[in-house]
Amino acid sequence: MRNVKKDFYGNQVLSDINLTLQAGEVLGLCGENGAGKSTLMKILFGMDVIRETGGYSGDILFNGEKVNFASPFEALEAGIGMVHQEFSLIPGFTATENILLNREPQRRSVLSEVFGSRLNTLNYKEMQRRSAEAIEKLGVHIDADMVINDMPVGHKQFTEIARELSKDQLKLLILDEPTAVLTEKEAEALLDSIRNMSRRGIAVIFITHRLHEILSVCDRVVVMRDGRVVRDVPSGETNVMDITRWMVGRDVDAAAQNEARDLSNEPTILSIRNLWVDMPGEIVRNVNLDVKKGEILGIGGLAGQGKLGIPNGIMGLYEAGGTVIFDGKEIPLNNPRHCLEANLAFVSEDRRGVGLLLDESLEWNVAFPAMQIQGKCLKKLLGGLIKWRDEKAITDLTNKYIKELAIKCTSSKQKAKELSGGNQQKVCLAKAFALEPKFLFVSEPTRGIDVGAKALVLEALKRFNRENGVTVVMISSELEELRSICDRIAIVSGGKIAGILPATEPSEKFGELMVSGVR
Amino acid sequence: MKKEPKDNNWSPSKLNDEMNSVLSTPEASPLQMAQMSPLRRLVASFGLPRLIITAFLLLMFIAAPFTGSDFWTQVSNTINRFSWNAVLVLAMVPMIHSGCGLNFGLPLGIISGLLGATMAIEFGFTGPVSFFMAIVISTPIAIVLGMGYGWLLNKIKGGEMMIATYVGFSSVSFMCMMWLLLPYKSPTMVWGYAGKGLRTTISLEGFYDKVLANFLQINIGTLSIPTGTILFFALLAFLMWAFLHTKTGTAMTALGSNPAFAKAAGINIDKTRMLSVVISTWLAAVGILVYQQGFGFIQLYMAPFYMALPAVSAILIGGASVNKASIANVVIGTFLFQGMVTMTPTVMNSIIQMDMSEVIRVIVSQGMILYALTRKTKGGNN
Repeated sequence: MRNVKKDFYGNQVLSDINLTLQAGEVLGLCGENGAGKSTLMKILFGMDVIRETGGYSGDILFNGEKVNFASPFEALEAGIGMVHQEFSLIPGFTATENILLNREPQRRSVLSEVFGSRLNTLNYKEMQRRSAEAIEKLGVHIDADMVINDMPVGHKQFTEIARELSKDQLKLLILDEPTAVLTEKEAEALLDSIRNMSRRGIAVIFITHRLHEILSVCDRVVVMRDGRVVRDVPSGETNVMDITRWMVGRDVDAAAQNEARDLSNEPTILSIRNLWVDMPGEIVRNVNLDVKKGEILGIGGLAGQGKLGIPNGIMGLYEAGGTVIFDGKEIPLNNPRHCLEANLAFVSEDRRGVGLLLDESLEWNVAFPAMQIQGKCLKKLLGGLIKWRDEKAITDLTNKYIKELAIKCTSSKQKAKELSGGNQQKVCLAKAFALEPKFLFVSEPTRGIDVGAKALVLEALKRFNRENGVTVVMISSELEELRSICDRIAIVSGGKIAGILPATEPSEKFGELMVSGVR
Repeated sequence: MKKEPKDNNWSPSKLNDEMNSVLSTPEASPLQMAQMSPLRRLVASFGLPRLIITAFLLLMFIAAPFTGSDFWTQVSNTINRFSWNAVLVLAMVPMIHSGCGLNFGLPLGIISGLLGATMAIEFGFTGPVSFFMAIVISTPIAIVLGMGYGWLLNKIKGGEMMIATYVGFSSVSFMCMMWLLLPYKSPTMVWGYAGKGLRTTISLEGFYDKVLANFLQINIGTLSIPTGTILFFALLAFLMWAFLHTKTGTAMTALGSNPAFAKAAGINIDKTRMLSVVISTWLAAVGILVYQQGFGFIQLYMAPFYMALPAVSAILIGGASVNKASIANVVIGTFLFQGMVTMTPTVMNSIIQMDMSEVIRVIVSQGMILYALTRKTKGGNN
């Protein structure tokens, strides 16, 4: 790739990217969210979105020839495969069918002789052989006859990769954060299969936020920041600390200081009794929990054990039952409005689905709940009969938080969908902060955002807690993250609280709690 | 590789690509547009279907004098028809904003208006008072029917437009029976021989024929502008615009944009949706009364049946989508659509000696709806 440039809506997202890759080489690509990794890969893969937004400049040479793929089909044909962050599998089909979708070996029949090749029948035996071969190449064990729906997340990921591997012409495979959804064991298996591929002469571009994976599997590491390549070094000559520093462009303490406080003498502000929540995949069975005033309480646990169900149930987004007492008053469940009026706020883990109005301006996103719940940014006309939207107050409010949280945007009128993941998360926080709550639930605030944005988000939460005395309950899958800012951490397992420990306890103790109730 | 079916190698042609990118990015950002050619920029900002229809309409206006029809009469007709229909198109706005989609159930509101109109005459009101009373009587009917309709739509979130269509169908059929059975007595409205049952068409002479249109009417040569009707529409449009700037209106727009977001922000989804349906139904009731005063007749039985599709396609031609609409969309859309309906019979017919207007109207209105619905699926997949 030579001098590749690209801009979106006037934001220069890539400038002068130069990259070379040998056959069989594994290249680790890392950088903060919004650094331009995904965009670069989309250009390479000829995705529609690039051309629709005005194309790119610069040259891409593949096998010594200059290429410009007009569509992913052409890229596929040239031997580039890509596995996306989101799955693109058909849920009701088996692994085999997914792997060979639209490339099935076919058998002629009488009907097809008459009516053309569309009526060819599928050669299932051959299909099975080829999918088994692809899975074999990958070096893992997955059941080729299992329907995608029934598979654990890791196996779905393997199926996607196997699909790419089953293409004979594959020369370059792009893996965009394939390990984000995998458990450590599955991730390890994936890394093994990457090594396998490289041995077979397939070049791999591996994008991930987990830096140690890059070091263990890649030959070379390329670090991007703000649309530029800032480092391109052999992985043997570097370490996690260096890469992190290059990514964020400043020093990051490897182990953030833990300032856990002992607040056990503070009064209880939120008390949960016998809570159950019917949230698909995150069922809460019987939770009893007391939150102390002014603390940051972490809720951790393995995926699917019910930690996400707790805030979603209390805030009325999923059906729930039990007793929740906040500040001495019982809060009726199953009604978001009552919670918000009681000065509770919630930052959802589903940023794009629940957290944002993607098609509206940042102003609407930030000011909307504050306007609806507390009547902020409204002018009263005709003696309060008409509540008129006060555009100026909305702009001021939004600009205040854009500044405070350093949200990267062209203006407060920009649409939320045009922001990068980390900045969208900051908008979600701004939305909650604008409510000036006494109590804040934050669910997976750092999911899918990069190291730098992560630190900023956690810092903002901490500041919000310390300066405004707001009690924060943070739900996260990343224990280290919880340990870095929380005072106490509750571990959820099997829909119940398995135990609560001070954040200063060593990780192993939390680990024991996590697996204690798993069924 | 050898065994691969042809489909895998398929790639869209260049032309198709251009079309797709134009169609899928109606709201291109200013900077993006700066990089396009002037023609593509125009297409992107205005939308391809709207551009074609505007060009077609312009062509009609240019051709009009050559076919022997008076230019200013044509302009007057267009403005007139605009004034009759604009309120009905405005009725689409609230439900689009609240995420209930296009109101194919418009006939329900129209029926409220018809009940108001016939009852006002039955009770003996005449002249301008009858228009006012028709609105007064139809209001509670529209509110009650709208609430029932809203309740139904809240039960079937996600399938609103289909159910709305059937609500429209069935209410029209039901009223076909009721027009015969309801005990109307006024001799101006019932069948002459039987002395009962309403006629299909009722003249408004002596009641509210042209009450709005004649108010401050401007006549210059063959050009005549129904100022009153346009002012009446402007008033309603202003109220709608103002409503969308209030707290409740904002909640409605946000609900249409992302229901999950609105729910998490404590919005009462069912109540807000129902409010939008009631407003839409009431506007449809007022809209048909405005239409009648311009047209001069009350049309009963199957007539309401044919009112929804033109209103839906008008607002779509105006640039609205299934969940975004503005007052400008209403004005532009109604003008373009009604302009076409007015111009085609006179101009096209004299050119090709055949009645093509109905065919073109149907193609355009149905085509526009189809276009908008395909666009919706595109958005839904993202």
